[in-house]
Amino acid sequence: MTARIGVVTFPGSLDDRDAQRAIRLAGAQPVALWHGETALRGVDAVILPGGFSYGDYLRGGAIARFAPVMETLVDAAKGGLPVLGICNGFQILCESHLLPGALTRNAHLHFRRRSQRLRVENTTSAFTGHFDAGQEIVIPVKNGEGRFVADERTLDELEGEGRVVVRYVDGNPSGAMRDIAGISNAAGNVVGMMPHPEHAVEALTGPSVDGLGLFTSVIAHLGRTAVGAGSSQT
Amino acid sequence: MTGTHEADRTENTFDELDTVDVASKTPDEPQPYAELGLRDDEYAKIRDILGRRPTGSELAMYSIMWSEHCSYKSSKVHLKKFSEKNPRTDRMLAGIGENAGVVQITDDLAVTFKVESHNHPSYVEPHQGAATGVGGIVRDILAMGARPVAVMDALRFGDAEHPDTKRVLPGVVSGISFYGNCLGLPNIGGEVVFDPSYQGNPLVNALSVGVLPVSRLQNKNASGLGNVVVLLGQKTGKDGIGGVSVLASATFEDGDTDNRPSVQVGDPFVEKLLIESCLEMYDAELVVGIQDLGGAGLTCALSETAAAAGMGMYVDLDRVPLREASMEAHEVLASESQERMLLIVSPEKVDDVLAVAAKWGVLATAIGQVTDTGRLIINWHGQTVVDCPPGSLADDGPVYNRPMKEPNDRALIAADRAETLPRPSTDDELRATVLRMAGSPNLADKTWITEQYDNMVGGNTALSMPDDAGVLRLDNSGTVGSGPIGIALSTDGNGRFARLDPYTGAQLALAEAYRNVAVTGATPIAASDCLNFGSPEDPHVMWQFAQAVEGLAEGCAQLNIPITGGNVSFYNQTGMTAIHPTPIVAVLGVMDDVRRRVPMGFTNDGDVIVLLGETYAELSGSEWAWSQHGHLGGIPPAVDLAGEQALAAVMKRAAEVEHVSAAHDLSDGGLAQALVESVLRHKVGARIKLPDHADPFVWLFAESTARALVCIPRGHEKAFGALCEEHDVPWTPLGIVDSSAGGIEVVDHFAISTGELAEASEGTLPGLFG
Repeated sequence: MTARIGVVTFPGSLDDRDAQRAIRLAGAQPVALWHGETALRGVDAVILPGGFSYGDYLRGGAIARFAPVMETLVDAAKGGLPVLGICNGFQILCESHLLPGALTRNAHLHFRRRSQRLRVENTTSAFTGHFDAGQEIVIPVKNGEGRFVADERTLDELEGEGRVVVRYVDGNPSGAMRDIAGISNAAGNVVGMMPHPEHAVEALTGPSVDGLGLFTSVIAHLGRTAVGAGSSQT
Repeated sequence: MTGTHEADRTENTFDELDTVDVASKTPDEPQPYAELGLRDDEYAKIRDILGRRPTGSELAMYSIMWSEHCSYKSSKVHLKKFSEKNPRTDRMLAGIGENAGVVQITDDLAVTFKVESHNHPSYVEPHQGAATGVGGIVRDILAMGARPVAVMDALRFGDAEHPDTKRVLPGVVSGISFYGNCLGLPNIGGEVVFDPSYQGNPLVNALSVGVLPVSRLQNKNASGLGNVVVLLGQKTGKDGIGGVSVLASATFEDGDTDNRPSVQVGDPFVEKLLIESCLEMYDAELVVGIQDLGGAGLTCALSETAAAAGMGMYVDLDRVPLREASMEAHEVLASESQERMLLIVSPEKVDDVLAVAAKWGVLATAIGQVTDTGRLIINWHGQTVVDCPPGSLADDGPVYNRPMKEPNDRALIAADRAETLPRPSTDDELRATVLRMAGSPNLADKTWITEQYDNMVGGNTALSMPDDAGVLRLDNSGTVGSGPIGIALSTDGNGRFARLDPYTGAQLALAEAYRNVAVTGATPIAASDCLNFGSPEDPHVMWQFAQAVEGLAEGCAQLNIPITGGNVSFYNQTGMTAIHPTPIVAVLGVMDDVRRRVPMGFTNDGDVIVLLGETYAELSGSEWAWSQHGHLGGIPPAVDLAGEQALAAVMKRAAEVEHVSAAHDLSDGGLAQALVESVLRHKVGARIKLPDHADPFVWLFAESTARALVCIPRGHEKAFGALCEEHDVPWTPLGIVDSSAGGIEVVDHFAISTGELAEASEGTLPGLFG
């Protein structure tokens, strides 16, 4: 059965249509989820896309964590539902305490967009099974508040438990601590990353098609773990 | 305003509202029309139209609508040439006079695009000025029924080394970045030029492009007796009052930062909500007419929608949601608060409109209705403060045929030719010149600016800066046919050429934009313009303007692409000194299969590098003359529109059959700069051998038009050559792409490593602004 992957649209989501396209290209069925509703519509996994959820003049994701959809999503994620937060989605996951640390203003104080080389450090998360350990990929990064920070103990813990999923190589675009581009929770089903895999899925528009691997990985992961529709629903 | 006027206004507010009744009874009440920018005869005309003195609110409305910015009173007589000379085409669904021109692409699909200036606000307050410039042009596109899909920007700043440029440029860039990125519109191109002539008058010209199903085309007519007038979006505040009349319709003098409150403040999140809610309303066919609120705010939207339909309108101004409760009627009418749209809705659909707005969390308020009185009547606190024919505001503004005079120094300037300047005479000097120019602010790498823009959101960007044109796949959320059709857009303008000869300069801007679109393999189909000039009250400026319009209109006729609309920005001058006349031209192209688009930059070893077109000793107005000698004089390069068309035909065909793997137009800095940029794009080098007869200096630095550098994959050279001959395009093989060259090698002359080029080109802007 085709996996059904939800994409949450907040009023200020911008890359939601891109995430839906990536899901389609990876062979799954995208399902639109709305920030104002708690229903997860029986999806097998969820993407929190990039953008500026509620304008984010306060702090990226600070208001979105209180959205009705997050009420159910937080519980479902704790129950094992695969969730990928991209950019603003990563910020929301941190604000929701599904992931540790925080994303702050880039050290150079500018919005920065570039094609970024990354190293895949963890291939056991729900979204990285299709990569080889240490594989280098090119995925665009674009943000103004993308600098991952956490206290030393948390950073050591993330490193020690292999929860740094992707790391910047050939330059750190934001000043993120320990070059961290993305992390996972302890169970590996919740992943947050600043780079945008949904922008690297077609030769026509992306610097590579490396991003597709995140989406095919979760589809394969769903096949293996047979997380059925409704198993993580309220 | 003077203290006396402040006192008058206070008195009016609390003692007696200046209603239509009061105005009728107090015909001799002195009014501050001169302070509001109206001339004696204009004020007399208003009194004549109304048959009495205007109320304070009416006076404010006329002063705004009859300002240069809104009424085009100095440019109208010249802009007629565009309509007169426009080539006939079945593609135009909406043209000059609409919020933006609309061009049909397929049976079901259309594209709308427009460039608009936000120059004056961007000088006073660079960040918000530039941000709201993006917001304003996006709403124009939205008002046509389109989903905005991209933005571009043409920027002009003063000297790169000047301290004020360090204030203006970073602010403008951060404003464009902030607004466009938050709005989710990819920024796919544009240009940045430094010149001292823009020191006190930077130019911020923003372009937006949108896509719509042909059936969703909207209009601004407030038609249908009894239809409801709905204001959608932000609350109305005191920001931007006098934006068009105070800021954009007068020259800057000292102390101009006092105008800062006239600059609007942008909220891109609300604009995003406005876009989504409007599109949802269009698709549900809830809207009869729609107009964005930009310059002149409600005044403009109310009068233009009513006038367009030939109807009357009644508005209860107390219903307008205010950000600031103490606002007076004339302030509510003049406010340029951002992120607002005016909708005309039939009564039975009002509830549905309010529901869509509520879904997106946008304020929507019924503020009036369409009447058959033929009058725009506005009530405030239960009394009538405006009662006038809407057409008198929107359409019957003054029209001036201002005096024009050819500048006296024309012959002197023409005789001061750059072709006679000292030239680099040795290979070492040639090499040093290439490097110096590559690192000069106008030619240097612009990544420091462009990496602050999201160029990929939406997932349809096939080419963007530093490619020659922005190219988008048309994929309107599945509402479009299956074909991966592409559109290409470029904006160009060369103020130095236009300073030397405005007629030719305007055509050169058109030719360059046309060429930039063509080298991607697209077929140019339409143009839009933003005409930036000094004060129209200066006969020399007016002459420049008339020449530029004539040149552009004639050029478009020859290229067979219509002007679909545009914008005029006058008063770009400080004291007596005007900017270089700067017509910015945007050209739109289409391609049948966007996968065949041709990028810029060397990639494949062994590709043959070919120069298309003829090179002449044309150096006047060139980047070489300016950056190496600080020289501006002579006659700009010759325009060859037939040559541009032939080049475009070759590129279109070559792209379709994949005879060409990369291409780059030749413009500022000539062949040398095209080579530098092509090498730096992917850090892949090339070996170049100039023809035996060639003067290496002229070949490297001349800025002759109708030329491009192309890369031909091995095995395609013969077929490509035949194609060039078929279209009568001169072609000269120049060398090969060769990564082992380690940079640019001009055989028998000099070599420059990629590292050295990169250091020169990529270090300049971070050094100045980082």
